[in-house]
Amino acid sequence: VALSSNSVEPVLSPSLLIAAIVNGLLTGAVYALVALGLTLIYGVLHVINFAHGTLLTAAMFAAYFAYRALGIDPYLAAFLLAPTFFAIGYALQRFVIGPASHGEDRNMLLVTLGLAVIIENALLFAFRADTRTIDLPYAFSGIDLEFAFLPLPRLIGFGAVFVVAAALWLIMTATDTGRAIRAVAKEKLGAELAGIDVAHIYAMTFGLGTACVAIAACLLIPSYYVNPSAGNAFVLVAFTIVVLGGMGSIPGALVGGLVIGVVESLTSLFFGESLGQIGIFVLFIIMLLVRPSGLFGARA
Amino acid sequence: MKGLAPVVIVIIVMATVPLLGVSNVTLNFLIVALMTALAGQGWNVLGGYGGQYSFGHAAFFGTGAYVTAVLQVRYSVNAWLAFCLGIAGGALVGAIVGGMTFRSGLRGSYFALVTLAFAEVLRISASVAPITGAGVGTLVKLDLHVAALQFQTRAAFYWMILALVAIALIVTRLIERSRFGVWLIAVRENEDAATALGVNATAIKLTAMVISGAITAAAGCFYVQYFLFIDAGLAYGSWISIEALLTPIVGGVGTVFGPLLGALVVRGLGEGAQMVTGGEAPGLDLVVYGCVLVLIIWFTPRGLIGGLAQLRGRLMRPVSIAKAGHG
Repeated sequence: VALSSNSVEPVLSPSLLIAAIVNGLLTGAVYALVALGLTLIYGVLHVINFAHGTLLTAAMFAAYFAYRALGIDPYLAAFLLAPTFFAIGYALQRFVIGPASHGEDRNMLLVTLGLAVIIENALLFAFRADTRTIDLPYAFSGIDLEFAFLPLPRLIGFGAVFVVAAALWLIMTATDTGRAIRAVAKEKLGAELAGIDVAHIYAMTFGLGTACVAIAACLLIPSYYVNPSAGNAFVLVAFTIVVLGGMGSIPGALVGGLVIGVVESLTSLFFGESLGQIGIFVLFIIMLLVRPSGLFGARA
Repeated sequence: MKGLAPVVIVIIVMATVPLLGVSNVTLNFLIVALMTALAGQGWNVLGGYGGQYSFGHAAFFGTGAYVTAVLQVRYSVNAWLAFCLGIAGGALVGAIVGGMTFRSGLRGSYFALVTLAFAEVLRISASVAPITGAGVGTLVKLDLHVAALQFQTRAAFYWMILALVAIALIVTRLIERSRFGVWLIAVRENEDAATALGVNATAIKLTAMVISGAITAAAGCFYVQYFLFIDAGLAYGSWISIEALLTPIVGGVGTVFGPLLGALVVRGLGEGAQMVTGGEAPGLDLVVYGCVLVLIIWFTPRGLIGGLAQLRGRLMRPVSIAKAGHG
């Protein structure tokens, strides 16, 4: 009897609970980063971007080789990769996805799906299925809170998410491009009539979303691994966050990411590691059924 | 039934294929293509005619597969009965998912995402639940007898899947020509207008989802009988959700033959790309496959059947103008 009560007690102890919540918040920040890019694209183009995960993978490979081949620290590489991937995203939407989909949502979804297949398998062809990691000299330093250890890379990632979100917020509210993006998201035809070049704004949005993914990749690579399908794990979770937070909402993506991270962490704690993601999807389904416009979205 | 003539002709022509002495490799290719077509035909009822794009048809495929396998292995149910119950299981999942989503008025991207999430919940559950064999999967015992719904020859399996595809083609054709089909298309074109005219959109969509789930589940049931193995990734993985929506869209959404044509083309592309690369370069075949896919969407946005109709229209026009000139 004593043995069984001992084995139950630690699960319910407050320190383990707090450790799980802190861990969930750190993981959730990473999720939020990926979701930030997705929420922008989803919120404006109203289309599920299937290529989001593979673009994340591509950016992770870029960050990996920037460090391995050129010795560029991933956090510095972010400043290089963000503009590069912005250009890639812009070009993809402007010259491939846009023209190929003829303005139809379902075609856009299929083209991004096709792109995902192309990118993932091109990476597989180039780098094989090997899983790679980098060892930063400071990867294992961090803060010890007695009940939980907070590794430095994950703390940096946590902070950087808020910086990126703030920067995006500024772009969306204080620049003409941002205003145009919001105008197109709200009322495409009206924006077009007001003289906004919708094809250009779509491409700008796609570029910004892809730049977010590039930054996410740089923040991920110090504490995560990369292989040709590494990015896929984040996509479904990112969709959940986008719906939870409200489509196109930047604060929604942030809060949604943190909530999802904690939900996953707590589900794993109570129901076991392998069921951790079920908590996410159950929350997702309930959210879709009860309030599909999300926590921060306007009611549809 | 005049409208069924094209279906009967296509099926009779395809049924003669094993008699032409084709190799087992070719037959195997056709069997898998027909299985994909069947999954796509299920998707087409809901997505093509009803306009409800599901991203989670794996939920039906996997349920059909698991019900068929688990009932045989764990409860010694006869394979034929298990097969039928697998189809019923898919219909039931369709009723549950559809009942929840359509009642709360989810459309478009939201509907796509909620179906995706249901498939994921089922996949993760199946990968840990003891009844499905958890991570190990479920192996159906080899028993090559008709009573166990297993056949000695590939040709027999080919005719079996062809018969299932034929039933689905006929069902689709009958839906297309029925009052229900007209209502379904009305909901696809403009749900609000259809509702205003007295169509019970929720009930129509729910019915379509049940039929859709049953057809796609049949593909899953067949998968188990043919490969005799199932695990969570195969049953509920995103591969089958993607193939189920890809085949009708490549072939032609909302057309009777779209999924069949699409499956043959998509599967053929995959095989062709693999042959070109010789299987030596992992990934390269799928790069080619992805490129061709994007090009098909780019240049035939209404699917191959739409493209063919357009081409025929273009070829016919000069003739009619010439005739008019003579007159």
